[in-house]
Amino acid sequence: MSLTMKSPEFLIDRDDDRCINCQVCERQCANEVHYYDHDLSKMSAVDLNCVNCHRCVTLCPSKALRISKYPLEYKENYNWSAEMINNIFKQAETGGVLLTGMGNPSRKKIYWDHLLLNASQVTNPSIDPLREPMELKTFLGRKPERVEFNGEGNIVNLPPQLELGTPIMFSAMSFGSISLNASKSLARAASELNMMYNTGEGGLHQDLYQYGENTIVQVASGRFGVHKEYLNAGTAIEIKIGQGAKPGIGGHLPGEKVGEEVSRTRMIPQGTDALSPAPHHDIYSIEDLRQLIYALKEATVYAKPVSVKISAVHNVAAIASGIASAGADIIAVDGYRGGTGAAPTMIRDNVGIPIELALAAVDDRLREEGLRNQVSLVVGGSIRNSADIVKAIALGADAVYIGSAALIAMGCHLCQKCYTGKCNWGIATQRADLVKRLNPEIGVERLKNLVKGWSHEIKEMLGGMGINAIESLRGNRLMLRGIDLNPNELEILGIKHAGE
Amino acid sequence: MSRRVGEKDISGCAISGIFNRKGLRFSGEAIIKSIALMRERSNGLGGGFAAYGIYPQHSDAYACHIFYDHLKAREDVEHFFNKHFCITLAEEIPTRKLKAIGRPPLIWRYFIQADRQRLERSNLTEDEYVVQCVMRINAQYKGAFIASCGKNMGVFKGVAYPEEIGEFFRLEDYQAYLWTAHGRFPTNTPGWWGGAHPFTLLDWSIVHNGEISSYGANKRFLEMYGYQCSLMTDTEVITYLFDLLVRKKKLPMNLVVKALAAPLWSEIEQMEEKEAGQFKAIRAIYGSALLNGPFSIILGHRNGFLALNDRIKLRPLVVAEEQDVIYVASEESAIREVCPQPARLYFPRGGEAVIGELEGRSQ
Repeated sequence: MSLTMKSPEFLIDRDDDRCINCQVCERQCANEVHYYDHDLSKMSAVDLNCVNCHRCVTLCPSKALRISKYPLEYKENYNWSAEMINNIFKQAETGGVLLTGMGNPSRKKIYWDHLLLNASQVTNPSIDPLREPMELKTFLGRKPERVEFNGEGNIVNLPPQLELGTPIMFSAMSFGSISLNASKSLARAASELNMMYNTGEGGLHQDLYQYGENTIVQVASGRFGVHKEYLNAGTAIEIKIGQGAKPGIGGHLPGEKVGEEVSRTRMIPQGTDALSPAPHHDIYSIEDLRQLIYALKEATVYAKPVSVKISAVHNVAAIASGIASAGADIIAVDGYRGGTGAAPTMIRDNVGIPIELALAAVDDRLREEGLRNQVSLVVGGSIRNSADIVKAIALGADAVYIGSAALIAMGCHLCQKCYTGKCNWGIATQRADLVKRLNPEIGVERLKNLVKGWSHEIKEMLGGMGINAIESLRGNRLMLRGIDLNPNELEILGIKHAGE
Repeated sequence: MSRRVGEKDISGCAISGIFNRKGLRFSGEAIIKSIALMRERSNGLGGGFAAYGIYPQHSDAYACHIFYDHLKAREDVEHFFNKHFCITLAEEIPTRKLKAIGRPPLIWRYFIQADRQRLERSNLTEDEYVVQCVMRINAQYKGAFIASCGKNMGVFKGVAYPEEIGEFFRLEDYQAYLWTAHGRFPTNTPGWWGGAHPFTLLDWSIVHNGEISSYGANKRFLEMYGYQCSLMTDTEVITYLFDLLVRKKKLPMNLVVKALAAPLWSEIEQMEEKEAGQFKAIRAIYGSALLNGPFSIILGHRNGFLALNDRIKLRPLVVAEEQDVIYVASEESAIREVCPQPARLYFPRGGEAVIGELEGRSQ
């Protein structure tokens, strides 16, 4: 093999005065960065292997470790950044496709940060959520255009609805891409919070059937783990057409992650690659989607809402409108910053559009066509805090999906190496020694804390606007103003500039 | 109108209503007296009245009260009317010259019925035909504004204190079984004749005190059903919501009220199963119609009225009854001014609708 030109991304800085040579860092690092040098009788490190996941830093008992960016400065070049050069070195060595994990980190405008919220002053009172009721209950599902009553005065034509205590759901993350302990944490937290988690395209592990009431089961192009019992196990079914991190391409779970449990759950042989095709091979057009929607409804006797998830692409508004008229009860749109367990870097960083713009366009189009009140609209990719949620709902969403935020709550440090299967935090891995590092009891608590904290914050923001029910915020774009946005952007978002 | 007018930082409005449930008619003097007592809740930038039962001799025709800024506007509208309607009577509404009223517009009324041929071709009900024509004029005809278009009712409003408006329009000369009144203290819209309350559509009229925080959500919900919220006022949105849910969606009034001022989830949880299921469905389906933020309103219609507070009662509303008459007002004093010792006086709870209906008729 010729000389490798790869250079480390991170520098391990060990304070020898503090280091007690306990070797915790060595045992904790699945990337094999740390080792005990018997000749020198001290700890040493292979910088090149470090992914900066902070597992060692966090667990080091004497706080001897610091990790920083490797001070390797190529000659200054705005066009050829270090990342570009390093990528070429990698590919020149392997001939492969650049792979990555988690959401698009590139320096592009984040529209959430250019939206400002309103608050009441004098003419209408702000409401104090600690003293007054503040309602976040949200229903997802098809709503009838006109209600019908039976002889006893009961409404008879309300299709099945998902009832959420707060307008937040955990987005689709399959067992396989994440560990069973991570899946358990999400499922249990969802059931204790009266919200939903989503199985992703990984089937439903036997241990998780008990959380069915809080489960959205996904049907994606690989159909892994899909059978009648599975479809009926959850409260809703989601057809996954696309994912924000990798619109237009399929998925790939490498065989080494397909152990006994994953194999049984996905119904594929152990050790084989799980390949999800780019399209559903029974959906080549909108009428095919309609058939699948109704096939799933038939299989579940019309007792469960069917959601269709797409990634935010250029003509997302027209696609969403087609999905609504094809019979979907919920449309989920995933923005180009949405996370992933593995995606080709070029796709993740260059395909798709921001969720804020997609959301505004979809909501507008559904309203123009008189469909908005019939379907629910859920957005994700990426929601980073409670203010993003409030802004999303004001732009027109019914609820949001959170994925990366949930993983971060469980300990993810966004090192973006999920695809290696060596997640030191026990989240994106199937290695038993790593999986056990994530204690579901603690995972559940941390997820619950996050959602509770965000819900409190949403209530505070609503109260400030003089609103005491979340539905009065939905599509209420008068509560938003733009800052540093051009007229075109303001028009697409349907909002005024700050000061107007 | 300068923008500063719209940025005034003080809010307050007065509303009042008097209704005889036997349908006996009485003059506008009492309602003027009642609303006048609450003068400090207005600032002279808008006042108005809705009166039901005032045109019994034309009860089959839609009575259109119209403001014109200039003669050209009148010509344009009359040209439109001649094409689309059969006009039984067109006349200037009698007014009195008053110092307090600066430069009033030309104010006319027309009693009209849809042109039969056009109506048939349109495939619409006559009500819907009238609504579409009225919306077209209000949105597209510059200098013309239709203040009301219901049968056997009319709206009298303008830019002044309400008692001045009452005097200006000679309301003592009209006999109605239901009167509602409004004194306005505009904060977010400048004072202009068309923008004063009551706001109407067909025989729905609304007087309203408050500022709706859900305005943006309600407006976009209505736009989906073809309503053009061109006035940018809360009242307009509230009127259209009633029109949509009662007239178009045919929901019973008691449920409409529960959509607009929905019970809290904590209250719904304590209801009996059947009722809880009903209210839950209404909230799930019509969440976008929920009026959030402070308001008290009186909705007038041909068969009576409905008074309603926001669900946590952030605006005042008092009700009194004396024999066949029901009084509703922002302040108790405004009732006692015209009915010193009512048999019953009470403060409805937030979200609790007060419904007055003509005897023998229910909506």
